[in-house]
Amino acid sequence: MAKRDIPEINAGSMADIAFLLLIFFLVTTTMDTDSGVFRKLPEIQPENTEAPPVKEKNILEVNINRFDKLLVDDEEVTIKDVRQLAIDFIDNGGGTYEGRPCDYCEGKKDESSSDHPGKAIISVQTAQTTSYGMYISVQNELLAAYTELRNRYAKKYTTGKYQGLSYTDLLNIQKADKENADVKVALDKIKKAYPEILSDAEPIK
Amino acid sequence: MSKFGKKKKDVPAVNTAALPDIVFMLLFFFMVATTMRETTLLIKPPKLPSATEVKKLEHKSLVSTIYVGKAKNSSDGKGDKIQLNDKISTVNDVTNFIYSERDKHDAEEQKAMVTSIKADVKTNVGTVSDIKHELRTINALKISYSSGTGDVSNNFN
Repeated sequence: MAKRDIPEINAGSMADIAFLLLIFFLVTTTMDTDSGVFRKLPEIQPENTEAPPVKEKNILEVNINRFDKLLVDDEEVTIKDVRQLAIDFIDNGGGTYEGRPCDYCEGKKDESSSDHPGKAIISVQTAQTTSYGMYISVQNELLAAYTELRNRYAKKYTTGKYQGLSYTDLLNIQKADKENADVKVALDKIKKAYPEILSDAEPIK
Repeated sequence: MSKFGKKKKDVPAVNTAALPDIVFMLLFFFMVATTMRETTLLIKPPKLPSATEVKKLEHKSLVSTIYVGKAKNSSDGKGDKIQLNDKISTVNDVTNFIYSERDKHDAEEQKAMVTSIKADVKTNVGTVSDIKHELRTINALKISYSSGTGDVSNNFN
């Protein structure tokens, strides 16, 4: 008997099935990667804890009222000025911290401004009805001030393998290689030089 | 030379054998690159603020999202509303929401959990501040103010 050919399976509808699946996934899934401004909230303190003594000059008070107007240390400013004001304040280095002056600060060394980046506190006070957009803008500018200072510090004082890289570059390296201990050491050094001390006051009712 | 009298030939059919392959490729791309839509919004889709110092949220499963904005449906009332999962809730429900999110993960992962606040630019800071206070009471300290990338001047006008 003659050998018969096995008939081919009709694959014409395969495309239809695949399309169906494709459309299902297109409809039920989203692609947006969530990104945002990261903050770490302070832990809640026991009721009767006394606030540690902080000198008036080591606090930069940023006030946003309910009409989204800004006051920085009792002077009216616009959002564009906030970053530079914050940099001037953090980087002032007029005094000492843990017994040592700030030898990497490039500020004016003004007696009436902050002593050291390790002591400089930025406090943001809002009203209950301040708009969230304005609040995030201010937070963003303050974080940008820290990033700028850290970048400058990293470029100047990072030694060894990562010499000459900025803080942002180092963060990118860390993102790609999470286990890298050298980057962590370098980043910790930068973060210690310019620690992020942002405080949120309770909104005024 | 009888070229003119030639019969017209049939156009050969386009070979579609590779079509399923192409579609499957697209399918796999979408399966890998996207995530399932989890919640349907009951508030008006929030217009997120823009910022320059944004970081991407990694590990989507470790992110719990809180939506804040105006209600879509007028029967839910006016003012800023907080949406947790699939319903509009009050500030007091935030703690339970975070606890239930925590239960889905083991102790090691719980440390890395982030709360993402997706609030509209016109929301009152007071509402967000109340949420933050609730989060502090249960030690959910890592938060992210969800925002797009762009200049801050887009946030107010």
